[in-house]
Amino acid sequence: MSEMTPDAVRHLAGLARIALSEAEITKLAGELGAIVSAVETVQRVAGDDVPPTSHPIPLGNVFRADEVGDTLTTEQALAGAPDHDGSRFRVSAILGDEQ
Amino acid sequence: MSDLTALTASALAQSLASGELSSVDITQAHLDRIDATDATLGSFLARSGNAVEMAQASDARRKAGRALSELDGIPIAIKDVLCTSDMVTTAGSRILEGWLPPYDATVVRKLRDAGCVPLGKTNMDEFAMGSSTEHSGYQVTRNPWDTSRAPGGSGGGSAAAVAARQAPLAIGSDTGGSIRQPAAFTGTVGVKPTYGGVSRYGVIALASSLDQVGPVSRTVRDSALLHDLIGGYDPHDSTSIPTPWVSMTTAADQGAKAEDLSGVTIGVVQQLVGEGIAPGVKQRFDEALELMAGHGAEIVEVDAPHCEYAVAAYYLILPAEASSNLAKFDSVRFGLRVTPEGHPTVEDVMSATRDRGFGDEVKRRIILGTYALSAGYYDAYYGSAQKVRTLIQRDFAAAFERVDVLVSPSAPTTAFPLGEKLDDPLSMWAGDLTTIPVNLAGIPGMSLPMGLDPDEGLPVGLQLMAPAYEDARLYTVGATLERLFSERDGYLVSERTPEVS
Repeated sequence: MSEMTPDAVRHLAGLARIALSEAEITKLAGELGAIVSAVETVQRVAGDDVPPTSHPIPLGNVFRADEVGDTLTTEQALAGAPDHDGSRFRVSAILGDEQ
Repeated sequence: MSDLTALTASALAQSLASGELSSVDITQAHLDRIDATDATLGSFLARSGNAVEMAQASDARRKAGRALSELDGIPIAIKDVLCTSDMVTTAGSRILEGWLPPYDATVVRKLRDAGCVPLGKTNMDEFAMGSSTEHSGYQVTRNPWDTSRAPGGSGGGSAAAVAARQAPLAIGSDTGGSIRQPAAFTGTVGVKPTYGGVSRYGVIALASSLDQVGPVSRTVRDSALLHDLIGGYDPHDSTSIPTPWVSMTTAADQGAKAEDLSGVTIGVVQQLVGEGIAPGVKQRFDEALELMAGHGAEIVEVDAPHCEYAVAAYYLILPAEASSNLAKFDSVRFGLRVTPEGHPTVEDVMSATRDRGFGDEVKRRIILGTYALSAGYYDAYYGSAQKVRTLIQRDFAAAFERVDVLVSPSAPTTAFPLGEKLDDPLSMWAGDLTTIPVNLAGIPGMSLPMGLDPDEGLPVGLQLMAPAYEDARLYTVGATLERLFSERDGYLVSERTPEVS
């Protein structure tokens, strides 16, 4: 069984930008240990000669002409925002007090 | 007029064409049905405010000889993962509560262009993560066959709505079985098209290399009608396939008329019919094979040995891709914002928002995906899973050199009781073992009912699989099988759905 410590979960939650409670961290550490044990069987299957598949149907990159298409207006783009100033999204400070 | 809701979309379309029924009649009957049953079922998260007006407009068009399509005036339910500019779209998540998208998904636009009447948005597991619809951030959806049981997931709302005659058609999305498993659990038909066959523009992404939108209905032909309408290339979706498609409806009609299954070679995937398949499901599956063989099909056993690792690979690939896709829910452009006390930075706001807005299953998968993608683990997890994916594709390619279609049960069990698997994610995930390989390989798959299980009388689903681009084959073989099952049993499973009040 793989180890997943609460500290590891706390670190991952930080990377994923989710402010998990301590109770959530403890619960997830237990669950993820069991889950990782179950999914790590994939490591035993394929040798180095097997190429990875990222998409099931092989596709090349897609280009289009560099022309204005059907885009959202500023008003439409801002319509669902929690906060905006009429032309831009508004967020709280990017840097904290100590920075 | 409530028995209008028992008619298939094909029959309704015919009645509209002949002038026997109006879209207002049909739409109102389904709205009444939703009013009467949705307090029990909970299929819908949002209801259209102008369905009757749209039906009136459809009737006016038809009267003037300007019907937009065969399905002009037919009501439809839409899974809440597709953006609709006139109905709140949440993907079942509290983080998008109240969000009104500024545009329609391409599939929704195509429905409108064809004159279909959207009735509402159907419930789903949050961001389509789940197999029971119990992970919805809003409500439980109940299975019309037994309201103490789950309708499957993630598209439990669409499947329950169609099974319970709240809508003749619905749109679903299928990342690991979210159309086919609910179809199996509710006695309906559902199709996951070839990857890239239907546009995903405006569909809130779960796992981009797996997601596909498809039809939900009560008959094979109805799914074909809807597939023809929503399929095809979309320049807005760069994974959309530019291949021209044959008519699925024509394919279904050919299958329905076919004398029998002569000349069709059907492969049974040994890895999908063994361990974990409930006895009642296995019994109906074996009987289905007998029926096929008795009507001219050649049945062969095929091996797809790497399907054994499909669930493990899937539960690395999906969380990895989902953790990236869900990064957009950052409290800036749309949805919820939770501002902690004091002088929070944007990062604090983001983290508090995502903790409040996401449910347990979503958090679990984001953290797992973040782990699978983190430096030092990427090759061992995500990289290995992508290699398994190659091996599964090769297994299918080899199998399809010998057979026309592959079959398996759509799901290992019938509908399970609500709550049974909620605290056991691995057990919930294991239920996806029959459907996941299809998504990993990118091939099309269909679930259609193959009877009721001998113990509890719940629907049992048969899964058909075809090579990529050969979606039409599912409809041809599916329509023949649907007729053979109905001749054998004397009814279509969907006609036996219990009355819900």
